[in-house]
Amino acid sequence: MTADARAAEAVTSHGTTPAMLAVEGLVVGYSGAPVIDGMQLRLPPGQVVALLGANGAGKTTLLRTVSGLVAPRSGRVRLDGEDVTQTTVEDRARRGLAQVPEGHSIVTELTVDENLHLGGLWRLPGTKARRAAVDEMYQTFEPLARRRASLGHQLSGGERQMLALARALIARPRVLLLDEPSLGLAPRVVAQLFAILRDAAERTGLTVLLAEQNVTSALSIADRGVVVSLGAIVADAPAEKIAADPALRHAYLGF
Amino acid sequence: MDRLAFLLATGLARGLVIALFALSLVIIWRAARIVNFAQAAMATVAVYVAYAVVTWTGSYWLALVAAVVTGMLVGFAVERWLIRRVPRDNPLPGMIVAIGLVMILHSVIGILFGPRHVPMRAPFSREPLYVGDVAVLSPYDLFVLLLALGIVVALAVLFNRTTLGLQLRAAATAPEVSRLLGIRVPRMVTIGWMLSSAVAAVAVLLLIPTELGLNAHSADILFVHAFTVAVLGGLDSPVGAIVGGVAVGVLITLVTGFLGAGMAPIAVLALLTLVLLVRPGGIFAVKEARAA
Repeated sequence: MTADARAAEAVTSHGTTPAMLAVEGLVVGYSGAPVIDGMQLRLPPGQVVALLGANGAGKTTLLRTVSGLVAPRSGRVRLDGEDVTQTTVEDRARRGLAQVPEGHSIVTELTVDENLHLGGLWRLPGTKARRAAVDEMYQTFEPLARRRASLGHQLSGGERQMLALARALIARPRVLLLDEPSLGLAPRVVAQLFAILRDAAERTGLTVLLAEQNVTSALSIADRGVVVSLGAIVADAPAEKIAADPALRHAYLGF
Repeated sequence: MDRLAFLLATGLARGLVIALFALSLVIIWRAARIVNFAQAAMATVAVYVAYAVVTWTGSYWLALVAAVVTGMLVGFAVERWLIRRVPRDNPLPGMIVAIGLVMILHSVIGILFGPRHVPMRAPFSREPLYVGDVAVLSPYDLFVLLLALGIVVALAVLFNRTTLGLQLRAAATAPEVSRLLGIRVPRMVTIGWMLSSAVAAVAVLLLIPTELGLNAHSADILFVHAFTVAVLGGLDSPVGAIVGGVAVGVLITLVTGFLGAGMAPIAVLALLTLVLLVRPGGIFAVKEARAA
């Protein structure tokens, strides 16, 4: 699917096209006012969606509910049409739902190589297949190849985020959730990471939901932008439209 | 000089038993962040089963297998049916439950077997072998040494060279990330308890022939020494457990040999105090990772 087609579909995303990831009537919250209040969202296969909004808007909670770390009060999560709401985090991961959580997302006591092998554990059975996939990742992420024997806690912030992304991609997931991958990274590193992400999405048909504060960078690689505020979607449009809407940017994105 | 060689060799065998037990504490600490105060009592239960097996069948080797299997079962039962139900937000409840378990197990053993020490024979002679005129170590010491080293190597291979080991290490240090990668973390914690408990059972089985015999409290001193070692080496460090175990074993044997048995516990406590003063985190403690 071309970027234009994806963008066109984004506008009619509540239609009947099969969604790779769907969130239906989702309500999440521990007590009192819900953090996410009746959210509907459908991501067609291969679409890269930037999830935008201020701190506390509900971006992280949405991602954690989709991956299963948080149980919703009501509503459904569907992966490729299949209702996974009642399944565990581990099961969703094995079905091809990958998440790169914010911050501490690598195993710091393991080496770069071991972290990458962990990523391929379920979806690449056999040591040989994993080894090959790991070596392939070293070609995409050259800085990691030089540090393959280093422990996670010896890596710089940029290298850690690179490793987290490589580990998520190695399993050839169907859906990838990323939470603030640009946080604390130099702009040059962000550009590099996002270029790899865009490339992976185009080559493998990966569906991406990217929560970001770095609105400009996120929209530059996204097909579609979804803006959330107080647990509800307030705007859902092709990325370039969101980027060009000064009122929207001023009201919800803070610049 | 001859006496020194003998004490060093027997100290090494004794030290490896302490090292094994300390290693078992490290395995549980890494898997579940719990100092298992019930480890000695749980291992003693497994060794009572081994004692029953050796009495019925006369085979030490079947008893060894029984100790390993029972150790695993006890570890499984304690983790699944007890520890898993304990609140994890602070370490105190887990510790109290473990101490309660020690009391229950000691009482049950006491009711079933009474307070006497039941003798357990070593599978090999405990008379020292001679190299020339120098007494070195007994065949049993040699057996202890080889078996303990074998277990250490097997554990190192399991943790560092297998997929299960990789999952165990990841689950122990980063549970949430591990779940996101598809690892069944609660299962890994159970496997950690089973491994740990089996290793402790073997350590106690190896210890008994060198002590008065088997009794509910036979492994209590071993636990104290191993706990000292685990703290010395840093609870997170398998290498620390092994090096520390051997060091404490040799220290105890040397002090007992040259200064008398009464001085040995004092020497161990002096070593503990000294290390805690100089390196409170333990000698082999990994430096805390800096935040990115």
